[in-house]
Amino acid sequence: MSEAMPEQNHIEVGGSYGRDQVLKIINSVISKVEHTGDDARESIFKELKELRAIIDEARAEIGMTRPSEIKDKHIPTATDELDAVVEATAEATGAIMDSCDVIMDKASAVGGENGDAMVNEVTKIYEACSFQDITGQRITKVVKTLKDIEVKVEKLLAVVSHKMPGSAEEDSGDEGKSGDAALLNGPQLPGSGISQDDIDKLLAEFD
Amino acid sequence: MAVDKNMNVLIVDDYNTMLRIIKNLLKQLGFNNVDEATDGAMALEKIKNKPYGLVISDWNMEPMTGIQLLRSIRGSGESYKDVPFIMITAESKTENVVEAKKAGVNNYIVKPFNAETLKSKIVAVLGEF
Repeated sequence: MSEAMPEQNHIEVGGSYGRDQVLKIINSVISKVEHTGDDARESIFKELKELRAIIDEARAEIGMTRPSEIKDKHIPTATDELDAVVEATAEATGAIMDSCDVIMDKASAVGGENGDAMVNEVTKIYEACSFQDITGQRITKVVKTLKDIEVKVEKLLAVVSHKMPGSAEEDSGDEGKSGDAALLNGPQLPGSGISQDDIDKLLAEFD
Repeated sequence: MAVDKNMNVLIVDDYNTMLRIIKNLLKQLGFNNVDEATDGAMALEKIKNKPYGLVISDWNMEPMTGIQLLRSIRGSGESYKDVPFIMITAESKTENVVEAKKAGVNNYIVKPFNAETLKSKIVAVLGEF
């Protein structure tokens, strides 16, 4: 095969291979092997033809899945929907708390044991309303993840369209976060953070 | 020394819901002079212009986070540099608590929390009231 590859000299060593360049190489090899008539080379010729067919088929299949829709349609739609969830829960929570404010005022007027009981129950509603803050932060994390996926899909598309695999640039994921950025993770999932009791103990160790 | 419930309290959070919750809980505890800010930068401006007896802040905000606000306050060299500071956040990893303590936080509450927890931490920082 080595004598069939001189055209590779036109390609920068260590650089990325353009799609047209790769096809040019394959066609060059096919062309040269085609004229030898040697059995071994005949076999290589056949395999190279099959390889070209596989590459063409793979490209066609990737094209049929319309991966650009992930970036242009599906992810923006998903993030819009999630933003709407945050907005709707914020609005609903606001309405609940407006009612709590009214009940709280009435409770003050009622006074006594019943008034205190009303205040206690309304306080519990206030506390429960913090779900909106927590879910909002969680949804924000999901939106950020979707945007990361969008960037990766974009890069993947660029590779499939213009480059040979293996030449993808560094991604922009969270793996390399450091300093304050590494401390911004939003609400931890159950079991991955520490409890208020653990926090109290930890703080006490500093005293 | 008794806690002056008329002191100015600053609460900082980018979620309006949380600001309302904390404000209402503080009101029930007898603290009525409560100001609000929606990020660290806005909070710092308020602190520069008005004396506060307590700052209660979220961590995860933009553009200035709660930890950056805390560092700015403690490193300011101004009269407000020692203002009591409680972090209320969903960030519940050990490294967050350690970093907050190193920055000079007085107490740390993890979300979601209840009125009892808020009161106990305020008592721990300011004393009984």
